[in-house]
Amino acid sequence: MAEILTAIFNTSNLSATVRMATPIALAAMGGSFSERSGVINLGLEGMILSGAFAGVLGSYISGNPWLGVLLAVAAGGMMGLILAFFAVGLKADHVVSGVGLNIFALGLTTWLMQVIWKSRGTSEAVAGLKEVSLPLIRDVPVLGAILGTNSPLVYLMLILVFLGWAVLFRTPWGLRIRVVGEHPEAADTLGIKVHRIQYACVVLSGCLAGLGGAYLSLGQLNWFSMNMSAGRGYMALAANIFGQWNPLGGLLASFLFSFTDALQMRIQAAGIAWPNEVIQMLPYLLTVAVLAGAVIRSRPPAALGRHYEPGRNT
Amino acid sequence: MSGKKLFIDFAYSLGAVFFALLLGGVLIHLSGYDVREAYLSFFDGAFGNVYNLANTLMMTIPLIFTGLAVAVGFQAGLFNVGGEGQLYLGALASALAALFVRGLPPVLHIALALAAGALAGGLWALVPGYLKARTGAHEVITTIMFNYVGILLVAFLVKEYFKEPGRADQTSMIPASARIPELIPDSRLTWALFLGMLAILAVDYLLKNTSLGYEIQAVGQNLPAAEYAGIDARARMTVSMLLSGMIAGLAGSTMVLGVLHRFINNFSPGYGYTGIAVAVLARNKPWGILPAALLFGALQSGGMSMQLFARIPMDLMTLVQGLVILLVAAPALLEILAASRRRPKEVTPDGRDPDGHLQHQ
Repeated sequence: MAEILTAIFNTSNLSATVRMATPIALAAMGGSFSERSGVINLGLEGMILSGAFAGVLGSYISGNPWLGVLLAVAAGGMMGLILAFFAVGLKADHVVSGVGLNIFALGLTTWLMQVIWKSRGTSEAVAGLKEVSLPLIRDVPVLGAILGTNSPLVYLMLILVFLGWAVLFRTPWGLRIRVVGEHPEAADTLGIKVHRIQYACVVLSGCLAGLGGAYLSLGQLNWFSMNMSAGRGYMALAANIFGQWNPLGGLLASFLFSFTDALQMRIQAAGIAWPNEVIQMLPYLLTVAVLAGAVIRSRPPAALGRHYEPGRNT
Repeated sequence: MSGKKLFIDFAYSLGAVFFALLLGGVLIHLSGYDVREAYLSFFDGAFGNVYNLANTLMMTIPLIFTGLAVAVGFQAGLFNVGGEGQLYLGALASALAALFVRGLPPVLHIALALAAGALAGGLWALVPGYLKARTGAHEVITTIMFNYVGILLVAFLVKEYFKEPGRADQTSMIPASARIPELIPDSRLTWALFLGMLAILAVDYLLKNTSLGYEIQAVGQNLPAAEYAGIDARARMTVSMLLSGMIAGLAGSTMVLGVLHRFINNFSPGYGYTGIAVAVLARNKPWGILPAALLFGALQSGGMSMQLFARIPMDLMTLVQGLVILLVAAPALLEILAASRRRPKEVTPDGRDPDGHLQHQ
C-alpha cells in the first residue's frame, strides 16, 4: 500500500498531472467562453483533434514547431467557425451539430493523414516543441520539481486560463458575453450584437481547443495519430461543468482528469499488476462520476442551447 | 405530418447527401486521385452485382439497429451517442450465449443469443440513462465515455478469459445452431435483415399505439408539460435509454451471429457512430431508418471498394457522415434555400404579411 501511495504522491507524478492537464484545461476554458455565451459546445473534441493534426502538419511543412502551433490555433478556430455557422447562424441543434462536427473532424484528419503520410496509424515524426526551464522557479524545492521545467505550452496554458478568467469575470466584454448567455433578449435591448458575440466565443473556444491539440501532438509527442484526442474534448466539457463554467474551476477540474492519466502511467511503470485495459478505463470512469456528482449543484447559463433571433423576441 | 412536408424533408435530405458527396468528390480531386475511377469503383462496390448488393445490405443491417437505437433515444429527448459501446457489449454477450449454452434447437439458440445481446447492450445504456434522469449528467458525454470503457472492457474480457488459442484476440467459432441463416446462398446477407425490419415495426408500433410510447414522446417534446400531466419523466427517460441500448446491442448480435460467427476485437468500423447519421437523416422516424441505413450501408460498401480498387482511404465516408449530420440538422438552411426562390414578403408594422398571416411572434 505504501508503495502505491508513494507511487501516486510524488513530485514527478504531480508534474505530469500539471502537464497533462494542458489540453483539457485549454479546451475547458474554450467551453466556458462558448457556453457562457449560450452555445453548447460538444465540438471541442473535433477542435482538439484538428489542432493536433494541423500542429504536426505546420511543423512538417515549415520545420518550425511554432508555426505548427499557429496553424493549430487557426484550424481549431476554423472548426469553431463551422460550428458557429451551423449552431448559431443556421439554428441547428447545438448538441447534434457538435457531434456532427466531431465525426467530420475525425474523418477529415484521418483522411488527410493518409493522403499526406500514406499511413492510417501515425504521421511521420516532426520537430516538436522544446522544453524550457524557468530560472527562479526551478530552484524552489517542491515547486521547482513540479513546475520548473516544462513545455512552453504548459506555461502558456496557465497564463491563458488566468487571463480568460479575468476577461470573463472582470471586464465589460466578459459581462456582455455572460448577459448574452443568460438573457439574450436583454442583451439585444442593450444593443449587444448577440450573434456576433456568440460567433466570437465559439471561434475563440476553437482556437483554445486547437492550442490544446497542438500540445498533444507537438508538446507531448511529436507526431499525430488517428483519433489522438481520445475523448479529451468530452472530458474538457465535463471539467468545464464541474468548474462551474469558470476557466479557473475548469483548470482545477482538469487536474482531476490528468491526475488519473498520470496515475495510469505510474501504475504501469511501478509494475503493479493491473491489466492495461482496466487502468486505461480510469479517466473515462472518473469523467462519468464527476459529471454525475457535479451537475446536481450546478447552474448552467440560463439561455444555454437556445436559438435567438435578433429583434424578434421582444 | 402532411405529405408535402414529408416530401420537402425527403428532397432536402437527399440534397444534403448529394452535396456532401460532391464535396467528397472535390476532396478526392484536390488530393490528386482520379475522381472518375473513384466513383466508378464506389458504385460498382455498392450496387455493381448481386454479390456486392448483398454486401451493401449486409452492412445495412447493423445500421438499421444502431440508427433505430439513436432514434428511440431522440424520441425521449435523449441523444444516445453510446451505440458503439453498446454494440460491442451486445456482440460479446451474444457470442458467449452462443458458445456456452449447448444443446438448444437452432431457432431457440439464436433467440437466446439475441436476447443476451439485447440485455447486455441495454444494461450498458441503462447507467448513463439512469444518471441523466437522476442527476442530469449530460448523456452525450457519459455515453461517449461508456464507449471507451465498454470497448476496453470487452477487449479485456476476451483477452483474459474467452480467447481462442492463437494470435488474434477473438473467441472460438460459434456452433451452427446459433448462426443466423443466409438469405442469399454464398453471401453474408442473412435473415437478420428481416429482424431489422421487425425492430422498426415494433418501435413504430410502440410509439404510435402504446401509452408508454406516447409518454416517451411527450417527455421528448415538452418535458415540463409532460411532468405537469403527471408522467414520471425520469422513469420514461431511463426506460427509453434501456430500449435504445437493447436495440444497439442487437446490432452487435446480428454481426456475430450472422456474419462473423465469432467475436473479434475491434470488428466494428464505427457502426454505432454511423447510426447517428442514419437517425439524423431519417429525422428519427422509424420507417425513415430503412432508406437512411441503406444509403449509409451503400456508402460503407462502396467506400470499401473504393479503398480496395482506387486506393482512396475510406475515412472519407466518415467525413461525409459528419457533413450530412451538420447539413440535415440545420433547419434554417432549408428556409434560406426556399426564401431565395421567392421574393421576400413585406411585413406590416403589426407583424403581418400582406395575406394577413402573422409572421413572427
